[in-house]
Amino acid sequence: MTTAEATSLLQPFQDQFRTSIVSVDTSSDMVTITIDKASVIPVFKFLYSEAGLSFQFLTDLCGIHFPDQNPPVLGVVYHLHSLTRNIRLRIKTFTPVSEPTVPSLTPVFESANWMERETYDFFGILFEGHPNLIRILNMDEMTDFPMRKEFPLEDTTRSDKDDTFFGRKQNNAL
Amino acid sequence: MNDQPVEKSPYVTLNLGPTHPATHGVFQNIIHIDGETIVDAVPTIGYIHRAFEKIAEHRPFYQITPLTDRLNYCSSPINNIGWHLTVEKLLGVKTPKKVDYMRVIIMELARISDHLICNSILGVDTGAFSGFLYMFQQREHIYEIYEEVCGARLTTNIGRIGGFERDFNETVYLKLRKFLKEFAVVLTEFESLFNRNRIFMDRTIGVGPISAERALNYGFTGPNLRAAGVDYDVRVMSPYCSYEDFEFDIPVGTQGDTYDRFMVRNHEMWQSLRIIEQALDKMPDGPFHADVPEFYLPPKEDVKQYMEALIYHFKVVMGEIPVPVGEVYHSVEGGNGEVGYYLVSDGGRSPFRLHFRRPSFIYYQAYPEMIKGSLISDAIVTLSSLNVIAGELDA
Repeated sequence: MTTAEATSLLQPFQDQFRTSIVSVDTSSDMVTITIDKASVIPVFKFLYSEAGLSFQFLTDLCGIHFPDQNPPVLGVVYHLHSLTRNIRLRIKTFTPVSEPTVPSLTPVFESANWMERETYDFFGILFEGHPNLIRILNMDEMTDFPMRKEFPLEDTTRSDKDDTFFGRKQNNAL
Repeated sequence: MNDQPVEKSPYVTLNLGPTHPATHGVFQNIIHIDGETIVDAVPTIGYIHRAFEKIAEHRPFYQITPLTDRLNYCSSPINNIGWHLTVEKLLGVKTPKKVDYMRVIIMELARISDHLICNSILGVDTGAFSGFLYMFQQREHIYEIYEEVCGARLTTNIGRIGGFERDFNETVYLKLRKFLKEFAVVLTEFESLFNRNRIFMDRTIGVGPISAERALNYGFTGPNLRAAGVDYDVRVMSPYCSYEDFEFDIPVGTQGDTYDRFMVRNHEMWQSLRIIEQALDKMPDGPFHADVPEFYLPPKEDVKQYMEALIYHFKVVMGEIPVPVGEVYHSVEGGNGEVGYYLVSDGGRSPFRLHFRRPSFIYYQAYPEMIKGSLISDAIVTLSSLNVIAGELDA
């Protein structure tokens, strides 16, 4: 299915949620819609149950961090797949780092449970309404959120990694 | 020690793992049992988490391939090629037909090796050791083919962005033909040992079932979803690598239980053999890599002779070449399901963000629900048939 066909199918959705949609991008490999975080649950419920769409498969859910934006934001990227229509859809929602809360998708998709735990574990995004929001891959005692850009890849006390000529700054600083 | 009084539970707590041989990897399940019946299970994962997504943000694209090896290490070529396809999608590279066919052969071999491990180990867990011995001999033959193609066996790092590092040589074709002939015999024998075996059927039918609806809601993909009756296969739904050129069936089950998962995997091995045979017969002539000098390392002899090759070699190794800004999601049908790569590029030498969609990670969360109310021995068999790979689980 081409992006143009997908866009026309998604038109009723866009009409209904005109106030919640921040932007629609059709330039990448699939239609990408950025939505307001307050409307996450209604949007996904609509996409799930609307007869012509039935986005009933949550392919992927992951976090992303943009520290250089003003204000710095954390995002959640959802990939949906409509198995009956064979359309993929990317939904994004952003929240300021100072207030990292996003509604949990667990009421709609059971599979969101661990994926949200992973996103919390690595980005510190708090999913409101999640039944068990604890760390999943890192140890429980950890206080950082390691996939945020400011978290260094390597031990910052190392002094043998100053390879500015190879595209990195000292200690892999940003 | 904390001094708080421990709440008295009527159930016995059993620690299954993290290093129990029946868990096939480093992960733990804390099981509450009432007699022999499982009341609740809490999986703990992350024992071999290696922060691949973080490391990938600091590496040029071609150096990320070895990271993908270590996700599902039972079928690493699928992960490697999936990653190459993702980068090619971002760069807009069109690969020659021959590259697609070579990739299909390698990926189907990987699928066979993945499924045969799962199915033969399932045999071991139900008390039938001989199937495992026959099948592992065949995995050795698959690894010999990998070795001939790329030099490595388990963590293959096979292929390059744009194609392969070298063409298949005569030995590869000979070994492939020999494998096709021999494996068909062994697989028939394996099936005759298991498919209608009374003990095996008693141990697996109705064990660890999941309905199609629940499986979809839990994000199941691959053989585990197809066993539940949903005919979702990435190779057909969103064809990549010229999969549309080949004739093959998608086996589906009905019950979503352990026996169905076993049967679906067995049938998929037959289908993989069919695909390899077609690819070999239709193998087109042509170059074994796309014409992308900015990303494909030039032959070493050229680097020593030609200035242009030397410059490209330097640029590729140093990651000096700008990549398009954008984001792509690409997925391939892995051994366990949809292996996806979500790549966000800001134009730099390494990804701005790379997320691996690991099928085992997503469907393993259904495990407590699947084993609730069953016996401990059933829990082992269910885990085995789900084919959860610790490397993929923990990334």
